[in-house]
Amino acid sequence: DQVLHIVPETIQQVHHLQLLCSTFMLDLWKPLLPEDIRAGEDLHIRVPAPLVQEVKESLAQHMISYRVLIPDVQKLVDQSMPREKSSHREVSGGYVYTEYHPMEEIYQWMTQIQKNNSELVTQHILGKTFENRTMYYLQISQPSNKTKKIIWMDCGIHAREWISPAFCQWFVKEILQNYKTDPKISRFLQNLDFYVLPVLNIDGYIYSWEKDRLWRKSRSPYENGTCYGTDLNRNFNSSWGSVGVSFNCSSDVFCGSGPESEPETRAVAQFIRNKKSDILCYLTIHSYGQLILTPYGSTTTPPSNNEELMQVAKEAAAALTGKYGTSYKVGSTALILYSNSGSSRDWAHTIGIPLSYTFELRDNGTHGFVLPADQIQPTCEETM
Amino acid sequence: DIDGVGHKYYLDLELEDVLDNDRTVNCTAEVLYHLGSKTSAPDVQLTVQGELRSTEEADKEFYHRIRSLEKELVAENIPDSHGNVPPELEPIHLLAWAASGYVIWQNSTENTNFNLAQVKHVKQVKRNDEDLQFDFVVLLHEMVSQEVLPWQVTLLWHPQRGARVPQ
Repeated sequence: DQVLHIVPETIQQVHHLQLLCSTFMLDLWKPLLPEDIRAGEDLHIRVPAPLVQEVKESLAQHMISYRVLIPDVQKLVDQSMPREKSSHREVSGGYVYTEYHPMEEIYQWMTQIQKNNSELVTQHILGKTFENRTMYYLQISQPSNKTKKIIWMDCGIHAREWISPAFCQWFVKEILQNYKTDPKISRFLQNLDFYVLPVLNIDGYIYSWEKDRLWRKSRSPYENGTCYGTDLNRNFNSSWGSVGVSFNCSSDVFCGSGPESEPETRAVAQFIRNKKSDILCYLTIHSYGQLILTPYGSTTTPPSNNEELMQVAKEAAAALTGKYGTSYKVGSTALILYSNSGSSRDWAHTIGIPLSYTFELRDNGTHGFVLPADQIQPTCEETM
Repeated sequence: DIDGVGHKYYLDLELEDVLDNDRTVNCTAEVLYHLGSKTSAPDVQLTVQGELRSTEEADKEFYHRIRSLEKELVAENIPDSHGNVPPELEPIHLLAWAASGYVIWQNSTENTNFNLAQVKHVKQVKRNDEDLQFDFVVLLHEMVSQEVLPWQVTLLWHPQRGARVPQ
């Protein structure tokens, strides 16, 4: 069932809406009675699921514009129930995708995913973190005799941005659940491989679970162990150290002792450098801000393929907004956010990867980094 | 640009009621950032065009609930790591937001972008007069530096008199 928001513009539209309500016996939420429908005033109607298509077509025929206020009434009802009674959790293969998971569980999840989908998924070692934890990525690749181009996506470069690893996990689940039945996904897999790194900054992520929820950086020590962490997204070799950084370890944008000084950065950079001629698109997922960011952060001079970058990004943003109305802004970091150097996205572009984007997921500051778990599903669905 | 004074911004804003997503109110504002001054807050003039929803009932209920607590309210980490806020703490969360607004205003320049990241700690302080007093430690996230810094702020609240930060 959906609830539609309409503002009738003319008497004719009002009459048509009144007709619709009585013919289909629609549930008027606002106003209470059909006779109270007025031009210029808000109208909210609940349309039962089997009638949604027909009603929308009828509205379109009469040039009545509408907005979907509630895309799924049942979902909202379930969510408003206390947790124990709520049956609405996205559980697949025993894993709850609508909750945040600690690193231990994400490691187990990767093993399970490969086990359950071995025809498509292989788990590989990328490298090690400072605290010696193994960094794994998942390769989703449909066996074929042609070499395929690669789309790389990493999540969790900043520890506190929990929605980011949640999205990577959701993404993998969606692909694996739907590749046989969804024509778009199956076409993707015929021509492309997905490489997904669910958590890049594992040490930092664990630290944000155990010690400081709002930690951002890695956990490598500096200044004789009196200060910890490099901002991994300032540590790549793209105008490293030039702008939007600090050389002081106590800063949240400390760029490290040199480009690629951190093992996590090196692990990612080495891999991408080796495969760069096959990588079509580099995606790095962050929060928050609701932005799709293009190169560069260190200069406002646009990249050579800026038109293409912007066009693709704008289409992505429009598709995203189409789902739940969440608005995303599109543009280069230097122009719409702030100046920074050493970002992974800029580096990927400078070594020749044509489509390179940073996604800043929900929200806009209301919850910021501490996005409630009940927003995992809508955030991931719209971003898909 | 106002020579010798600073930069003035004229804004058209739409306020959305957090507790009633359909409700919006238009506002206009003028913000003046003083030249070179890191120690003075920007001047703000705000005009609300329309009415804000009456919250009399809920205000009264909250006020009486807190006044009748045997022990002063104390809480931490709102929301918790997973983004949850227990329903009875939701009004405290909203008051923290208001208190943060004051701190953010006092510390804003043209190069900052603050958001409340989390309420680290709140303690109610019983008073002899009719106001409720809450001492907050709020964590503010600043977008450009990416720093998350704790700030102490005391907020007074009364159902009719509203929220104030005492000087």
